[in-house]
Amino acid sequence: MAEVMLGTATAEAVALAGEPAITPELVREHNLTVAEYERILELLGRVPTLTELGVFSALWSEHCSYKHSRPILRTFPTTGPQVVQGPGENAGVLRLPDGWAVAFKVESHNHPSAVEPYQGAATGVGGILRDVFTMGARPVALLNSLRFGPLDVPRNRYLFAGVVRGVGDYGNCVGIPTLGGEVAFAPGYTGNPLVNAMCVGLLRAGDLIRARAEGTGNVLLTVGARTGRDGIHGASFASEELSAASEARRPQVQVGDPFTEKLLLEASLELITSGLIVAIQDMGAAGLTSSSAEMAARGGVGVEIDTGLVPTRESGMTPYEILLSESQERMLVVAEPARVDEISAVCARWELTATPIGRVTDDGIFRVTHHGTVVAAIPGQRLVDDCPVYHPEARESEEVRARRTMAAPAVEIGPEEALARLLGTPNLASKRWVYEQYDSTVQAATVIAPGGDAGVIMVPGTEFGLAVTLDCNARLLALDPYEGGKAAVAEAARNIACTGARPLGITDCLNFGNPEKPEVFFQFREACRGISDACRAFGTPVTGGNVSFYNESPTGAIDPTPTIGMVGVLERAADRVGSHFAEPGDRICILGVTVGRLGGSAYWAELVDFVGGAPAPVDLEAERRLQELLVAAARDGLLRSAHDCSEGGLAVALAEAAMGASYAEHPLGAAADLTGYGDGIAPDALLFGEDGARAVVSLAEGALGALAELAARHGVPLFRAGAVGSAGGALSIVAGGRTLTWDTRHLRRTWLDAIPRRMRHADLDRTTGA
Amino acid sequence: MSRRVAVVRFPGSNCDADALRAAQLVGAEADYVWHRDTSLGGADVVILPGGFSYGDYLRSGAIARFSPIMAAVRSHADAGGAVLGICNGFQILCEAHLLPGALMRNAGLSFVSRPVPVTVERTTTPFTSAYAPGARLTLPVAHGEGRFAATVDVARMLEAEGRVVLRYAKGDPAAEPGNPNGSAHDIAGISNAEGNVVGIMPHPERVVSPLLGSDEGLGFFTSFMAAGTATPPMESMSR
Repeated sequence: MAEVMLGTATAEAVALAGEPAITPELVREHNLTVAEYERILELLGRVPTLTELGVFSALWSEHCSYKHSRPILRTFPTTGPQVVQGPGENAGVLRLPDGWAVAFKVESHNHPSAVEPYQGAATGVGGILRDVFTMGARPVALLNSLRFGPLDVPRNRYLFAGVVRGVGDYGNCVGIPTLGGEVAFAPGYTGNPLVNAMCVGLLRAGDLIRARAEGTGNVLLTVGARTGRDGIHGASFASEELSAASEARRPQVQVGDPFTEKLLLEASLELITSGLIVAIQDMGAAGLTSSSAEMAARGGVGVEIDTGLVPTRESGMTPYEILLSESQERMLVVAEPARVDEISAVCARWELTATPIGRVTDDGIFRVTHHGTVVAAIPGQRLVDDCPVYHPEARESEEVRARRTMAAPAVEIGPEEALARLLGTPNLASKRWVYEQYDSTVQAATVIAPGGDAGVIMVPGTEFGLAVTLDCNARLLALDPYEGGKAAVAEAARNIACTGARPLGITDCLNFGNPEKPEVFFQFREACRGISDACRAFGTPVTGGNVSFYNESPTGAIDPTPTIGMVGVLERAADRVGSHFAEPGDRICILGVTVGRLGGSAYWAELVDFVGGAPAPVDLEAERRLQELLVAAARDGLLRSAHDCSEGGLAVALAEAAMGASYAEHPLGAAADLTGYGDGIAPDALLFGEDGARAVVSLAEGALGALAELAARHGVPLFRAGAVGSAGGALSIVAGGRTLTWDTRHLRRTWLDAIPRRMRHADLDRTTGA
Repeated sequence: MSRRVAVVRFPGSNCDADALRAAQLVGAEADYVWHRDTSLGGADVVILPGGFSYGDYLRSGAIARFSPIMAAVRSHADAGGAVLGICNGFQILCEAHLLPGALMRNAGLSFVSRPVPVTVERTTTPFTSAYAPGARLTLPVAHGEGRFAATVDVARMLEAEGRVVLRYAKGDPAAEPGNPNGSAHDIAGISNAEGNVVGIMPHPERVVSPLLGSDEGLGFFTSFMAAGTATPPMESMSR
């Protein structure tokens, strides 16, 4: 092995020749407050070097330190018999049958995608993949949650097209199926799109590896790509509001290389399963700095790194640049010195290099040398843990409070036209234009592909299946963050349960505006309270996630958008249930109660541009009963389809089930008669109200008795609504004594074409809209 | 009689495990062969799997064709051995001139992942003998560069010699266009003149059990198993 040369240990670090003096302006440019800088002075007992200032700036950024969110995140339920690894590692891990475990995590890449959509989104996928395979898990599914401003704005089309292409190109090349997610459009995301990527991996529970540096004298190695000047201070960039000046941040957006990622994936898994290494961590946000400092802090040890040994893409890089670069596809590995040759051999087979750059020490100091000069020497534990924690003021905005009691303008069109119009809006339209750009069947394990309630994969060599989803209805949170937070978890759990899977746990990506604003922090605090309450009620612990604050641009803050990534397990994958009506003549039932609440509904938002009214309160007990019923009914083989009823209400849920699967040759149509269900509710509220805890199911007539009995036992109201039609048949719904009918082929065309027709000339939007 | 299958892994292959499992599912003895190897280890059947060998940099398949293992693949093919290239494997076979034509960027300029209807035309190959001529299948495609292109003469030759193995079928024109990428003559897969080397863009290895949506792709694997016991299909194919 190469000998690691390090300067003599000293507590003092010295400035390199030509480094600027530390001035208040320089401190401000590093996004550190006066109080934070004073804490640094106290912690070091001296003025930091420029390198040290950069290190603090990165690790004490909101993105790395969670300084505004930590106290709230501690209130999440994180334990349960299924939990193998809770928050604090690269990904959470839950137990599965037969000695298997699932590692999963969601993360945001919002700000990079706002200025460079293709690379921003691509590297977001790359980062979340590495978070999962560094746990020793093989990635088996990707999901993404995307939000943009309305598609009639050219720049929004440019961002949407670029993000989708970036997500697709990266995941497709690495060979991970994209199984689901969501795309939504609302004015608040103009200027600040959201790109949340989730990865799910499988591992043998015994192969789990944690990112914890241990063993004095052990070697630190970088594996993978060389370090360049891209992405320097990405973590700080993610921790400020977007502005007109953000375009100048474009060079800070990293560039992805999915081919190297694929090699890194295979090499990392081989290193982990062969037991050659002690620990491994992705060099993600804040690059070498955060990966080394966090691994050292977790292991309670110090580290010494010689930046002069780090392979760089260009000559003359300073230690500051090397420490803060966010060049992609790099790993930091800790190993015993005797293993270095074997590690290099594994890496060489995958055409990668492993380079010793430092070692684990016992003095607890995070020390960096550059060709013999100590340029940083910081007490390691305090560097990671002593970032100030803030408890911002929280106050609900008066405007939001008023909007909950505001009356909606009248919807002047009838329900027939309303449904057709809703299905033609980008929010409710088929997302096929998006997921056709993602390989959804690679790995030959896809049981339910995108377009259903949740994605389902099988696990070769076992009976069980894994269901995955990523959900959030931000409109509900904008009006009532507590109920909206509950609703996001409830919807994710309903989606999982509709496939027949039992919800196991969540990861969350908490996208909010500037937490220093009381009305934003109120949204954050209340949304988290709602998520916590729902997770406790469902027994689905939070295993980790990501907080993304400062999602604001000159056009304002985004709607609060905590996306909920959930995994569930199907005891037998063969019991999975699809979302769409499957057999002519099957019976249709509605599970759950409709009250007809239109607050925060798509009906009002899309048809009369009104985001108001109080969203339906979420009855967590009713949700849990419905989930258990759906799981039991699938296990007993009673259901031919089950579809969650949420955005757009009962009418949209019935239409989606009737229009058929994405590639069905013919929609089947359906005849539903709601007479005797929700009597006394106005027809539009009955059809388009967004009460929770409901699902539309279909089943063979012979199974009806068994389902009714099972529903009674679970305390879930069941209404026999009608029957599935024949190929190409119409959709008819009797509501309020009137029979409404739609041509399903026409509806399907509207629904399928809504996004493609808006994106036909997206390639021209860069120049017209940027 | 057991059949030995070699699945070649290039850096960036990502359908290697899928092809291996499909081969094992029909009872073949299947193993990986690394691209730097020079021997196929006595395999009867070679599969070049899908993926992004060398990241598709330069041009899909353009770098992989120079891998050391390709000399052994060529000898195997020249000796009449069965070779199947799926997706990126098809691209590599074209780049290596084991098959004519080229696979270009999709006409729609976007990656396309969806099930497509295809018809099996040439059944006298070691990978399609299990299908009836004209059999209609639905197989998934997932590619950004799958538009088959050839000179007018080459395309005419492929048609005249009956070397189109798979052709995109016309879907319901109102619902789905059949041809997902703008391929000439709606070509989804071709063979060499002898029929032992086959390249296809769709992924039969992804539809080999009802749980995966269908088992319509299984025939590509049962075909070569049957070929091991019965008369080699090469003999019955002359026309």
